[in-house]
Amino acid sequence: MTELTPDIGAYVSIDKEALESIFRGLKQEGYTLIGPTLGEGAIVYDEIDGMDDLPIGWTDRQEAATYRLHRRDDQAVFGYVVGPHSWKRFLFPPVQKLMTIRKQNGSFSVEPHVEEPPRYAFIGVRGCELQAIHIQDRVFLGGPYQDPDYKARRQLAFVLAVNCTEPGATCFCASMDTGPKAGPGFDLGLTELDDVFVIEVGSEMGRRIMSGVRWRPAGAFELQTMRERLTQAEKSMGRHMDISDLPALLYQNLEHPRWDQVAERCLSCANCTMVCPTCFCSDVQEVSDLLGETNERVRVWDSCFSLQFSHVHGGNIRPHVRSRYRQWMTHKLASWVDQFGTLGCVGCGRCITWCPVGIDITEEITAIRGEV
Amino acid sequence: MSTQKTKRAEPSKPKLAVFKFASCDGCQLSLLDAEEALLDVAGAVEIAYFVEARDRRLSGPYDVTLVEGSISTPEQAREIREIRRQSKYLIAIGACATAGGIQALRNWRDVDEFINIVYAHPQYIDTLATSVPISDYVQVDFELRGCPINKHQLLEVITSLLIGRQPRTPTHSVCIECKRRATPCIMVTQGTACLGPVTQAGCGAICPAYNRGCYGCYGPMEAPNTESLGLHLQTLGMGADEISRLYRGFSGYAEAFRLASDRFEEVTA
Ligand code: SF4
Ligand code: SF4
Ligand code: SF4
Ligand code: SF4
Repeated sequence: MTELTPDIGAYVSIDKEALESIFRGLKQEGYTLIGPTLGEGAIVYDEIDGMDDLPIGWTDRQEAATYRLHRRDDQAVFGYVVGPHSWKRFLFPPVQKLMTIRKQNGSFSVEPHVEEPPRYAFIGVRGCELQAIHIQDRVFLGGPYQDPDYKARRQLAFVLAVNCTEPGATCFCASMDTGPKAGPGFDLGLTELDDVFVIEVGSEMGRRIMSGVRWRPAGAFELQTMRERLTQAEKSMGRHMDISDLPALLYQNLEHPRWDQVAERCLSCANCTMVCPTCFCSDVQEVSDLLGETNERVRVWDSCFSLQFSHVHGGNIRPHVRSRYRQWMTHKLASWVDQFGTLGCVGCGRCITWCPVGIDITEEITAIRGEV
Repeated sequence: MSTQKTKRAEPSKPKLAVFKFASCDGCQLSLLDAEEALLDVAGAVEIAYFVEARDRRLSGPYDVTLVEGSISTPEQAREIREIRRQSKYLIAIGACATAGGIQALRNWRDVDEFINIVYAHPQYIDTLATSVPISDYVQVDFELRGCPINKHQLLEVITSLLIGRQPRTPTHSVCIECKRRATPCIMVTQGTACLGPVTQAGCGAICPAYNRGCYGCYGPMEAPNTESLGLHLQTLGMGADEISRLYRGFSGYAEAFRLASDRFEEVTA
């Protein structure tokens, strides 16, 4: 069947080992594979070579401020949820050189930093994460000023999405309508069943890759199992957030006493913003040689939790943790809508798991609403 | 030395001096460790006094003075005042010079008792009761943190003085650097105690990358919430005494860490 090419929108099924031929096809098309792999104590996203690098038979157990790796009692290939990394690291790198400025005969020259954009294939993009990429597309590519580096990386990227059948304890994509089924917007969308992968073809490039793979049309039973698993997943979310009264709820509660309570716990360490797949704030730093002859402008991830970030001429506009936490949450769940036409949270739960003291955005919203 | 004559063509090179007090020399070595950049430094400034690097010792005044080490003897207390008088910019480098160093642990105890236990002839020891940062004695124009300092940050400070701009040294948490370098948080994945969320960045989050919790050697970050982190460490199973000792490390005498360590010590008592 290898000569045949499935249509866009078709559901096909493949043996699990055939994922290797998808990887091979991607590499032949010049892609660098980035996917989940076992890192130091967590499943991270990094360059992978093939199926051997995937965390097969592993899972994660997450709660507020805890993440632990565990062996599964099966050989599931995608039997875990999202970890400390997100795809933003590859589309919007944490440290990015922008330009070099040189002093020359009483004047100066500006040389933009240009590099061949990497051609990434993202393996295992979850529903919440795909939506996060779409949100960052609006941030970096919407409006009259586009980020050229993000644009170049994004346009080349291939997305192999994975539907979640076992949500984690800090996941709440169902509340945010971003998962557990991924899409639209992928090249290939994979659902793992016990013996096979069911794959939905999402793009022309997805079709092309599938043409080199041994596939068959998905059977009725496989499709039904897939749907059942996804419905089940939707019902077993670890967390839930009521978004029915957002953004108004937050605008009406800017002086709620809860902000003081959360400020007592919050370390303003910025971990939540670093792990969040939609947070996009950065700082541009100047790195000069000793005489200031050659100066590099470097963009680095920054955060609304840092004091220097909100220092403007004349003073700091958010001097207290209370105002910084409120800024972050109100941006995510209210003013983001005014700014980008969408909420800024996709329900991935990373900020809950990776907050060193376990502050939980779903719990904070409930408290602001006065339900605790 | 007459061999210096040929260099007189650039009379306006700023004079740099490096002095040391109670310390281990590690911070000065960061400057020597800057290798290539050190040659540029030597080209851009006149190294007037730097005992670790060269024998020549020129007298003051100096344009830029780097001071390593804490003040812990009466003689050092006199010297630092004289150095201040001789220096246009005085920069304290390292945890000793900015917070009193690990030797500031004695500030919580009776020094005379230590002296009697440790030295065969205690009468020869002339020391102060406390080890304190340079800023307790003289005005300091800039403090560069760390044990040891980071050579890139040191070069940044020297550069900014030479070209007349503010040094860009972050005051936020170590966690931001930890996340930029993609280390999965060891407090979340293993329950390892880490002072990263209350410690100032600058080191590049080295310790968590090698599976060790941050020891807080860069001192307290801007507005650190030492109480909340301490309470969380208790939920991870640490005793209040351990938390007190954790805060009382290389920069333990820096105000925010000192107060936190005292508070958790009180809880223990
Ligand atoms: S939030 Fe939803 S889509 Fe994201 S990892 Fe969890 S279950 Fe999957
Ligand atoms: S909410 Fe948690 S992760 Fe975010 S800044 Fe506060 S303590 Fe850090
Ligand atoms: S705010 Fe938290 S749950 Fe929402 S997208 Fe960001 S990290 Fe995920
Ligand atoms: S390991 Fe330490 S420094 Fe790194 S993110 Fe966790 S708490 Fe912060």
